[in-house]
Amino acid sequence: MGMKSQVITAFTILTFSLTAAHAVEGDPVAGKQAVAVCQSCHQPDGSGMNIPGGESWPKLAGLNASYLYKQLLDIKEGTRKSPTMNPFVDMLNEQQLKDVAVYYSQLPPNEGKGGEKATDEQLARGEKLATDGDWNRYIVPCSSCHGSDNQGAGDHFPGIAGQHAGYIADQLRAWKSGKRDNDPQHLMLAIAERLDDEDIVAVSAWLSRQPAKPAK
Amino acid sequence: MDGLFTKSSLSLAVAAGVLSFTLQAANTEHRVPTNIPQPEEGQFVHVPPTMDDLEKSNLHPELKRVIRRGHDLFVNTQQLRGKNVFNGMNCSSCHLGEGRQPFSAPVWPAAVVLPNYRTKNDHVNSLEERIVGCFSFSMNGKPPEYGSDNMLALAAYHQWLAKGVPMYQSGKSMYGRGFPKLPEPEKGMSFERGKQIYEANCSICHAADGSGLVQNGEVVFPPLWGDTSYNWGAGISRNFTLSSFIKHNMPLGQPNSLTGQESWDVASYINSHERPQDPRYTGNVKETREKYLDTFHKYTNYGLEVNGKLLGDHDNLGGEKDFLKPDALRPRTFSAE
Ligand code: HEC
Ligand code: HEC
Ligand code: HEC
Ligand code: HEC
Repeated sequence: MGMKSQVITAFTILTFSLTAAHAVEGDPVAGKQAVAVCQSCHQPDGSGMNIPGGESWPKLAGLNASYLYKQLLDIKEGTRKSPTMNPFVDMLNEQQLKDVAVYYSQLPPNEGKGGEKATDEQLARGEKLATDGDWNRYIVPCSSCHGSDNQGAGDHFPGIAGQHAGYIADQLRAWKSGKRDNDPQHLMLAIAERLDDEDIVAVSAWLSRQPAKPAK
Repeated sequence: MDGLFTKSSLSLAVAAGVLSFTLQAANTEHRVPTNIPQPEEGQFVHVPPTMDDLEKSNLHPELKRVIRRGHDLFVNTQQLRGKNVFNGMNCSSCHLGEGRQPFSAPVWPAAVVLPNYRTKNDHVNSLEERIVGCFSFSMNGKPPEYGSDNMLALAAYHQWLAKGVPMYQSGKSMYGRGFPKLPEPEKGMSFERGKQIYEANCSICHAADGSGLVQNGEVVFPPLWGDTSYNWGAGISRNFTLSSFIKHNMPLGQPNSLTGQESWDVASYINSHERPQDPRYTGNVKETREKYLDTFHKYTNYGLEVNGKLLGDHDNLGGEKDFLKPDALRPRTFSAE
């Protein structure tokens, strides 16, 4: 136990100095307190929940802190529309949003769900889109923006490996329908509009089954 | 319609490929259309086969293995970092979509027009020599030996992409070849405008200082200038080449979204920064510029003063390689005969 908390402290200090150099300066200890209202959906371990046929709750554990903070601000300001999330972000002030972003980014990522029933054919199609793309339709591989193994790249391109299939599919459809419209330079929109529904189901299932590694 | 397709291109897969080029360009419902130019009357259209097509083909299994290796080297050339590659590039960093994409200098034409004469080195070049060129300049590297396993694999991949195209087919221009020159910019090129365009459209990936993004030792977004980028002898250091690359390929996923003017401006901004020395350097930048002026440097900013600094006036090879010019770059002459 002593060992473990030492390791965690060292890790925290490291991340702290790293995030301080970037945009988000948050206190994960304060964040842990503030997330009490979030846990019914995002779960105490940040794993969220895949909800087939309903609105899935995204996994937040291990995602990049700057990315999370930007999403919380966007939801608060209404540039990302989520009636489900709105009342909860409204409970927190800007500093608390930073704190929870840093807190969630430091939780160890857990497994994505929702891809269990995918067929081999779907998985092959999903893998191809995620790692090679389909240039005949100008679908750039997901990994060229979301980083190698789709683990996330820098502060702007979140990890999508190991996210719940239901959530990934919800977001891709939201971009297509115009409901989600907060991506920088419409980089994500451009790709999402070129995916058909079979692509979406396939790539979401495949990604959800890939391991997510902790944010660096 | 007939004139557009070669006999060999009439297979279903190929026709479907052309159709999808057409569809993606025509799709105006999208908020971010790709606007890929359509083939012009009489142009030669070839849709290169994919790696899936390779698996389905009846080539010898050993040849398939070599082509797969070539493909792997093409899209992950970083596996040769420190050996043949001394910067942060893959072949596919400039030849997008595995070297198949029109207007992204698809590589198949090289397999059917070479051996041929090139002004850049003033002699007849083979396919391997063309690949050597991109290794030496674009990758700031030392090419794999002529005839080596890796060279054979890369050449085989190029040739596979050209499947069905007649050798030296001539008379018609090839649809989507190279980085076709854009009309001259009406307002000239401006560093200041270029900087603004860069910051609004490019720096999210390539970073404000042009260094791109390296994460856990892997290049995610390739560098545009500085030590780990292409050197001063690379084709893309010519403003007309870079502006066309940008217009047709960047920002990633949004081809043809910038205007021609914007593409020239941002190209001149990028090429107004320092990069590793031209392997043909004589020891004097002005002299080197002069020596290759007509065939090359009149299109680059090398040896020019930009913002009070003489570009290329240094011995910097990028910090990773310990030679200026790879041995593979050599003159060729048949005068003895
Ligand atoms: C009632 C369930 C619920 C509660 C409680 C809740 N969330 Fe959410 N959260 C969601 C849903 C659903 C989404 C996806 C919204 C969408 O589709 O855009 C989401 C999205 C997010 C995102 C964006 C994730 C991403 O990957 O883009 C963040 C960050 C987030 N929530 C943080 C919080 C925080 C912090 C709290 C507490 C203050 C909270 N949530 C409370 C359901 C909830
Ligand atoms: C050209 C770059 C680019 C490519 C290629 C790309 N994305 Fe994205 N994606 C983004 C950006 C940028 C965001 C973050 C948007 C924001 O900040 O709101 C994003 C966000 C997402 C999200 C939301 C994540 C979350 O936690 O809410 C999903 C899901 C996603 N992308 C899936 C994909 C898939 C699947 C592919 C491949 C088919 C793909 N992306 C390809 C740029 C890209
Ligand atoms: C920094 C950008 C860049 C990189 C990286 C790069 N190239 Fe090129 N390549 C170019 C440019 C520019 C051209 C010339 C296009 C034109 O003529 O408009 C070219 C042309 C070619 C051609 C000739 C195509 C034709 O139409 O005849 C081949 C073959 C080629 N490259 C192969 C490679 C290989 C193999 C690699 C990796 C070892 C590579 N390139 C890496 C920029 C690059
Ligand atoms: C979403 C991220 C992203 C954005 C935005 C973006 N690029 Fe790129 N760029 C890439 C990637 C990734 C590659 C390599 C292509 C590949 O691997 O498929 C690349 C390649 C390049 C290259 C050739 C390789 C090199 O490093 O020299 C140039 C030049 C370039 N981009 C310029 C630009 C310019 C100019 C802009 C803005 C107008 C821009 N890019 C916007 C991601 C991006």
